[in-house]
Amino acid sequence: MRNNNTSIFSNIDWITVLLYLVLVIIGWMNIYSAVYNEEHYIITDTTQKYGKQMVWIGAAFLLAIIILIIQEDFYTAFAYFIFGVILVANIAVPFLGREVKGSNSWFRFGEFGIQPAEFMKFATNLALAKFLSNQDIKIAHFKNTAIALLFIGVPLIIIMKLQNETGLAIVFVAFIFMLYREGLSVNFLLLGFLAVVLFLLALLINNIYLFAIISVLCAISTLFVRRNVKNLFLIATVGLIACGMVKGTSYVYEHMEPHQKIRIDVLLGRGVVDLKKEGYNVNQAKIAIGSGGFWGKGYLEGTQTKYNFVPEQDTDFIFCTVGEEWGFVGSSIIIILQLALIIRLIFMAERQRSPFSRIYGYGVASVLFFHLTVNVGMTIGLAPVIGIPLPFFSYGGSSLLSFTILLFIFVKLDSHRLQILR
Amino acid sequence: MNSLSERKYVIVGVFLLVGLLYIARLFYIQIIDDSYKLDARNQAFRYVTEFPVRSYIYDRNKKLLVYNEAAYDLMVLPKNIKNLDTTDFCNLLGITKDVFIKKMKKAVQSPNSPRKQSVFEKQLSPKDYASIQERLYRFPGFFVQSRTLRKYPQKTAAHMLGYIGEASKEMTIKDPYYNEGDYLGISGIEKTYEKVLRGKKGMRIMMVDVNNREKGSYMNGLYDTVAIPGKPLTTTLDADLQAYAELLMQNKIGSVVAIEPQTGEILALVTSPTYDPNLLVGRDRNKNFAMLLADKEGNPLFNRSTMASYPPGSTFKLVMALIGLNEHVLTPNTRYPCARGYPPLGGHPKCHVHPSPQDLTGAIGTSCNSYFSYVFKSVIDDKKFNDTYKAYANWRDIVLSFRMGTKTGSDLANELNGNVPSIKYYDKVFGKGSWKASTVISLGIGQAEMGVTPLQNANLVTIIANKGWYYTPHIVKAIGGNPNDTLLARFKIKHYTKITDTSVFNSVILGMAKAVEGGTAGALKIEGIPYCAKTGTAQNPHGKDHSVFVAFAPKDNPKIAIGILIENAGFGSTWAGPIARLMMEKYLKGKITRPDLEKRMLEGDLIHKGKAAALKGEKKLSVPNKKNEKQQH
Repeated sequence: MRNNNTSIFSNIDWITVLLYLVLVIIGWMNIYSAVYNEEHYIITDTTQKYGKQMVWIGAAFLLAIIILIIQEDFYTAFAYFIFGVILVANIAVPFLGREVKGSNSWFRFGEFGIQPAEFMKFATNLALAKFLSNQDIKIAHFKNTAIALLFIGVPLIIIMKLQNETGLAIVFVAFIFMLYREGLSVNFLLLGFLAVVLFLLALLINNIYLFAIISVLCAISTLFVRRNVKNLFLIATVGLIACGMVKGTSYVYEHMEPHQKIRIDVLLGRGVVDLKKEGYNVNQAKIAIGSGGFWGKGYLEGTQTKYNFVPEQDTDFIFCTVGEEWGFVGSSIIIILQLALIIRLIFMAERQRSPFSRIYGYGVASVLFFHLTVNVGMTIGLAPVIGIPLPFFSYGGSSLLSFTILLFIFVKLDSHRLQILR
Repeated sequence: MNSLSERKYVIVGVFLLVGLLYIARLFYIQIIDDSYKLDARNQAFRYVTEFPVRSYIYDRNKKLLVYNEAAYDLMVLPKNIKNLDTTDFCNLLGITKDVFIKKMKKAVQSPNSPRKQSVFEKQLSPKDYASIQERLYRFPGFFVQSRTLRKYPQKTAAHMLGYIGEASKEMTIKDPYYNEGDYLGISGIEKTYEKVLRGKKGMRIMMVDVNNREKGSYMNGLYDTVAIPGKPLTTTLDADLQAYAELLMQNKIGSVVAIEPQTGEILALVTSPTYDPNLLVGRDRNKNFAMLLADKEGNPLFNRSTMASYPPGSTFKLVMALIGLNEHVLTPNTRYPCARGYPPLGGHPKCHVHPSPQDLTGAIGTSCNSYFSYVFKSVIDDKKFNDTYKAYANWRDIVLSFRMGTKTGSDLANELNGNVPSIKYYDKVFGKGSWKASTVISLGIGQAEMGVTPLQNANLVTIIANKGWYYTPHIVKAIGGNPNDTLLARFKIKHYTKITDTSVFNSVILGMAKAVEGGTAGALKIEGIPYCAKTGTAQNPHGKDHSVFVAFAPKDNPKIAIGILIENAGFGSTWAGPIARLMMEKYLKGKITRPDLEKRMLEGDLIHKGKAAALKGEKKLSVPNKKNEKQQH
């Protein structure tokens, strides 16, 4: 029998690796097309973004191999340590790094820059997995829920407030899916869901009507339950919370940054949206994707993306190039490929004997799903504009390296799934 | 733990649901909703029109009549102007600041607009263009558009060629091929052969980036259309003959039309006074146009050869003879008296002194008014019909079949119908049933309400020369070098008149030959070339009679048929005749044997002399008559 420890490639889930490679290569080709420059038409030209991305891809592959070489118990043993180090880096970056376009999230090394916030994701995932895999921990306990939420909340607030990177911060909300799988009370999710729905409704409907609707709904629900004190109290509480949320919405909305308010207005179609100003990005993204039609305009034939009508067409709006050049067929395939990888990860997570590996696997799937949903959603007008990259597609070293680390730690963990429980 | 592991289905379910929702949304915006495709095109494409080269025009001997010269319009798109250094710009163009402000105002105000490109400075010369072009990059919003201007090296045939102008707004609505300001033929064959000459515009689709910079052609030009240049026209005109005729016609008001009888090809088409066609091209066009328009007496812009209607006068006697013979109411030997006029109506219409009575040949030779009044009366009172109306209708039908008083159908622009009065007209004038041959007797000598254009007159000569048939007179011989182009097919169809007995032409031709041998045109013989002619004097109620002359030469196997009318010039043999004679000799011999006659014609000034006469208080001269002239007796 072969010794599992002799080859780093034994027991590796090749489906995952293959999906990863396909997405990275397609992503690279897309960046080439999005910023295509006739004077530098060689894809490996490192003066261009596609050349730089190639360097990053090389680095990511190297990193993936290193991750696979490192002993799997390193990640469990050093989970908190890694979390701590990267958290410190994130706190330090606003003070040590250089400001780029109003964002304090960059360390710069000559031509290349690194965003520590990107690496906070896998670190937080490791720490959460470590904490939740402790056999004495029951997440349903309020105390443990609070600690788990702290692991998420601290990096979120640091990145949002210190680094001014709302997009990167908001990603941490994704871990809710993982917590749910590990036993987080459904009430939290329902409450969260209720909050989102009420937030949207409160912006769309006059608050007075909304209060009336909530009261009516509460009154109706009393007809369907046993009218004892406990149930009535519960309904009253939910009703009051709902009303509080509605009231809170206007408070939250008023205290938002103006550009965030506008993004929400654009998404909901509130007021008059000027397509030359606040509505420009989303409108241009929709034009690019919509003009792709069924088969798309063909590789390198996109006009809206290549000629800069779509802003940030190589990073946050990279999906526009897919939509424009590959049409409905191509963009559906990319969504399906991304979802295939995510669902493959969930399948893998479920086959783990070790809770640490399972929890970590769910974390990876959750983060990838959140990125996919928000990034693609904003280009087709289904989500507000939040600047987060499309995994493996958007130009940028930090995000590619961060996703690679996030993913390959799990591939490594998964390759040892048959070994003893951790 | 087991119950928790059930939650994976919820999670996977949510993930798949979002995926489906997104794909559905993509389906909507990419396939169902077309508006994004339109938006994309509007943003990223710029449609650039490629103007084809307007084709050249040649004469029958491959002599160039019309070619193109490049000119450059300085265009402005006001919204693209950035950081303009006005002083610098004005110096470059050599204009003052005031002029600049005025021109900018024009470019911005309706019907122009800041978002619409318009002409800032028209037709820069190639020299100015060269100096401006080099520095124009410093002035965004300004650019140069090349244009072609027509040039006429022979400086002849202005009316026949016509001119080109810019398409108006109404024009663009009528024919969407044109955009406002496009050049198109306004008159002459520039108009009738517009589609052949202009070619077909091409369209390039250029891609532009968000800053409106051009980024190359869309799909490597897959959807571009190439501009197809126009096809050159070979006209039937003989440029030398045309130029010679124009020269002879200088200082005279009138028209000359020469046709090659066997083919119907127009050899010369002169309207006098004429103008140098180069005047209506270029920056001075408007000024020159106004100048030509201001000449009310000569009216040089008026194309007499196809647009003016004159009473045919004596030449119509030829048609009367043919009809009389054809209807068997006349024989070559029929003799009628003349008493310095038509005896039955007390000497009206009047005639001049000549031997009487005489036969048909003699009557044609002396152009006897009385004789042809008799002929007209016998045609209308023909026993065959025993009905004035039927006989008149028959007579009119035959006249119209000579294309007199009705459009010849040539390819010249704006042909006038002319007039042969209808029964309805006379019923209206005299009352139904209360008119007869003697009421309208002067029709028999080509007067009264009858009106024909000089082109129709020349076509009549062609028909006689051919003894009964003609090809529709035309000015274009070949399109793109192809004489069998479908557009020219209609000029290959032989037309016959309603003279059923074509032998009757011989008698008329004999009479015309006699006119040259010893009749009214006796002084105009051409040595070695016997020819046939008929002089005419079309009476003009407004002033001195018009001088008319028709001829074809040689007598046998004719090569050229000519019709000439000179306004207010008196007898046909004094002005019209000599000019026809000189032209025929020039065309057939290539030289002139009567330099004395040529000198007299060249020096003859009927316009200014006439003016001097008018000043002396003599008979007032007529203005060119565009309408039918009524004969007064």
